[in-house]
Amino acid sequence: MNKLYTKDTQAIFWNNNKTAIQRMLDYDYTIKRETPSVAAIVAPTSGNKFEKFFYGPDEIMVPLFKTTAAAKKAYPNADVLLNFASFRTAYDVTMEAVALGGFKSIMVTAEGIPERLARKMNNTARNAGVTVIGPATVGAIAPGAFKIANIGGTIENIVQSKLHRSGSCGLVTRSGGLFNELSNIIAINADGIAEGVAIGGDRFVGSVFIDNMLRMEKNPDVKYMVLLGEVGGTEEYKIIDAIKAGQITKPVIAWCIGTIAKHFSSGVQFGHAGASANADAETAASKNKAMAEAGIYVPSSFNDLPATINKLYAELRANETISEIPEPDMSLVPKVRRSKEFICTISDDRGDEATYAGFPISSVATPDTGKGIGDVVSLLWFKKQYPKWATDFIETVMKTVADHGPAVSGAHNAKVTARAGKSVVEALVTGLLTIGPRFGGAIDGAAKYFKHADDNGMDPKAFLKYMKGEGVPIPGIGHRIKSLKNPDLRVTGLMKYASENFPATPLLDYARTVEALTTSKKENLILNVDGTIGILMVDMWRALGYEESEIDEFIESGTLNAFFIVGRSIGFIGHILDEKRLAMPMYRHPMDDILYDVPVAEKI
Amino acid sequence: MAQKAIREYDGKALFSKQWGNYFSGFHYGFKSVLVTNGAELLAKAEEHGFEWLKQEALVAKPDMLFGKRGKNDLVLFKDKKPGDVSLAAAAKWIDEKIAHPTTLLSGQHGTLSHFIIEPFTPHSQEQEYYISATCVGEDDVLYMSAEGGMEVEEGWDEKVNEVVIPIDMSDADMEHAVKANIPADIPAENRASFTSFAIAFFQFYRDMNFAYLEINPIVMLEGNHMAILDLVARLDDTAGFLMRDTWGDIEYPTAFGMEDQSPEEKAVADADSKSGASLKLTILNPMGRVWTMVAGGGASVVYADTIADFAEANGGSIADLANYGEYSGGPTTGETKFYADTIVDLMTRHKDPKGQDKILIIGGAIANFTDVAKTFTGIIQSFEANADKMKEHNTKIYVRRGGPNYEKGLKDIKEAADRLGLYIEVYGPETHVTDIVRMALEK
Repeated sequence: MNKLYTKDTQAIFWNNNKTAIQRMLDYDYTIKRETPSVAAIVAPTSGNKFEKFFYGPDEIMVPLFKTTAAAKKAYPNADVLLNFASFRTAYDVTMEAVALGGFKSIMVTAEGIPERLARKMNNTARNAGVTVIGPATVGAIAPGAFKIANIGGTIENIVQSKLHRSGSCGLVTRSGGLFNELSNIIAINADGIAEGVAIGGDRFVGSVFIDNMLRMEKNPDVKYMVLLGEVGGTEEYKIIDAIKAGQITKPVIAWCIGTIAKHFSSGVQFGHAGASANADAETAASKNKAMAEAGIYVPSSFNDLPATINKLYAELRANETISEIPEPDMSLVPKVRRSKEFICTISDDRGDEATYAGFPISSVATPDTGKGIGDVVSLLWFKKQYPKWATDFIETVMKTVADHGPAVSGAHNAKVTARAGKSVVEALVTGLLTIGPRFGGAIDGAAKYFKHADDNGMDPKAFLKYMKGEGVPIPGIGHRIKSLKNPDLRVTGLMKYASENFPATPLLDYARTVEALTTSKKENLILNVDGTIGILMVDMWRALGYEESEIDEFIESGTLNAFFIVGRSIGFIGHILDEKRLAMPMYRHPMDDILYDVPVAEKI
Repeated sequence: MAQKAIREYDGKALFSKQWGNYFSGFHYGFKSVLVTNGAELLAKAEEHGFEWLKQEALVAKPDMLFGKRGKNDLVLFKDKKPGDVSLAAAAKWIDEKIAHPTTLLSGQHGTLSHFIIEPFTPHSQEQEYYISATCVGEDDVLYMSAEGGMEVEEGWDEKVNEVVIPIDMSDADMEHAVKANIPADIPAENRASFTSFAIAFFQFYRDMNFAYLEINPIVMLEGNHMAILDLVARLDDTAGFLMRDTWGDIEYPTAFGMEDQSPEEKAVADADSKSGASLKLTILNPMGRVWTMVAGGGASVVYADTIADFAEANGGSIADLANYGEYSGGPTTGETKFYADTIVDLMTRHKDPKGQDKILIIGGAIANFTDVAKTFTGIIQSFEANADKMKEHNTKIYVRRGGPNYEKGLKDIKEAADRLGLYIEVYGPETHVTDIVRMALEK
């Protein structure tokens, strides 16, 4: 890995830090990345499924996950973890990510992770070949490719400091605040940076100067390096050793801050936790002197650093190590942006032809397309192209539930309303409003309870006991007249279709064992049509590869009822049209069919 | 957030609290008291459980983080002959010591205020050992020697065995490594118990999140009785949230001779602890003429470096630098005003002895996310409240800052200073971060 990040690098962002993520996406838009640099967000306590962000003038949705594992599973190519957990949890988050695998680098922002944990974390990551940036850092940047969170500051400053496109300098600092400053100095006095890392201010950081500079030595975009060190520690001596050993051959400019410390014997902590000189060799002055002796370009003071950079850059330009860098096209992030009130993820009418989940209507509408109403449902309801066995099943369900005669309460309501002279839509909604837990709702209930029993490994006996405890009759079990001997042919048909076409029907198989127990108690306690539909829908989704949690969500959100609503609307409309055709008069219920029992109201 | 030294007494108390968990085959009496004057010691002797103060010969010494107490003649162990120090003598000695300032051989100067008093433990030089552990580079290192006391420091390389213990080393490997490196000159009859003590010592050091732990000497007495004669310890205070119950309410004293924090420094530290932002202030010389109000930890260091350089190059000295500190992490307007008020108040208390102008450096690098205009609003409010005082001391203000909303921040502060009749020069990211120091001090 010669380069830390490329223009294709994608990250999983741990913690929904909206400002920082927005800054990354603004950067992506500015440099015209093809994919957003944040693929997913891990937000353990959020109930939301996505967060909206601006992408230039538009908005995009970045998915939220509860765990790193789930995010990584959904976005296996995102190989950078931006660990924005607090100092209490940052260690656990990193350790989990290293154990999961698939991350090339992990950036840790928390300051003040216990030192022993930081050492363990850094060591574990190093052994696993994972580059850790931090802890206690603002991050790293590969200009023109990928930027972590807040590094570089505002988008205006990024452009001003030429952090929007690759330059020639490899920059390493300890301090995050001074990283920006150095980027600015290098932009003013040279041509910007090719890769930059703020290694972090804590005593134990994952990747140190040498790790990053050895990588930069191999990065062809880096022509020279700037190192801003600090009083304390001996990391700068490793650079000297690497230069002596010929591992670093590119020119290096370096300065250690904290020369002030020599004026104060002890007690004043200048700078970061890592910045405290325990020996003479660790003082800023000693390190600056040693680096100068090793051939590193060391200015006489921090104030002279810009001149040193300018001089080396001029030399490298003169000997043609560095050539003019063309300024790339940029997209401008609009100053004023408005968040969208509505989101649509199923269809789009902005193009030449409206589409259903990406498919033009004409490509699914006519018979020659081979698509049926089941396909349309799968596109608009589930945003997926279901296989034929599944779309055929959906159609079978809708046809099966289309009507059940005029006496059922929904149809009756529709008929009464139609006879009151109301329109088709008014009469239809009257019928539809009847659909609920007692009318049509058994599909939902059956799916929910049978799935719950199956998920929890309840045998039929335990399930019956559980339902008794719940105080409800088992949804989907029982019929007014049908029994095992006199089966409901709709049920027989559905089961036959499933056994011939479904890859497997585990929940139906389970439901049949329950039915065997209930019918042994009473003949008509069979699996009815509502139960069969609900259960087979679960089996369909399982066979299509949905997670159990996604299926639970379908059930919770009332998707099963929706099949009934669409199917039964056909029947309701039939009854309404029937009333209209017959020109039936206003309906009044016969009084002798009502039990009147009206006592005189008491005075209170 | 760093490694913090604790008192010898607190280190020993932690040993005592955990003794059964780590050193079950050994015995430790923990006969130690910590007092601040003689009367307190006499009162302690009346408490139940501290009868030994009256019954045994005592040793008293300051417990204020500094070492080499013997060489500084600050260990009371004899009146006429070793081991004859009575309670009354110890109390008297303590009262003498706290009456006058003390200067150590190291040059540290201050008044003694904390003393640890323990029984005198008669023993031979052969019974003294040395043991310590700390982190070197990425690894823990355990140091052991058959010689304790002052001798170990002379001839360290020959007398001390080191065991390097990487962070991921298993306990079995650690034990093996310790066993293999027990100093050869530890007598055969003590070898086994020293080994098991050393292993337990390392585990204790590790589990308690010490950054440094040294017992010199540890004395092995008859029947596996251990006497911890001298102890130095630093804790990794970032582990505080994990160790709250184990450590208890442990104190982190400031180094001996360091001025106690001024009320202003304490107020800033207090505000810092209550804020999500970072506010730090150290007064280096209250009479100094160059005061700084710098945003960001790294920037505050380079400003201090540069002020020292330019002060010395322009006929001044390091004494010109009055304070060190920083504000960062997006402080509120109110927090910034408070911080600015504190600094302006401090810098306008004393006239410059040479009659020179006072200089206020409002510096900072290019901020990542701090809103510059917002923080400057707090500084402007402070100018408005303190303009007369600042003019009285001929305060010259130099500002350099970049970052979110910096144009507005710079414009606002310039306008405010002009309106108030204050001298100000204002620069943005096009000017090198520390160049305002040159401008201010080269004049």
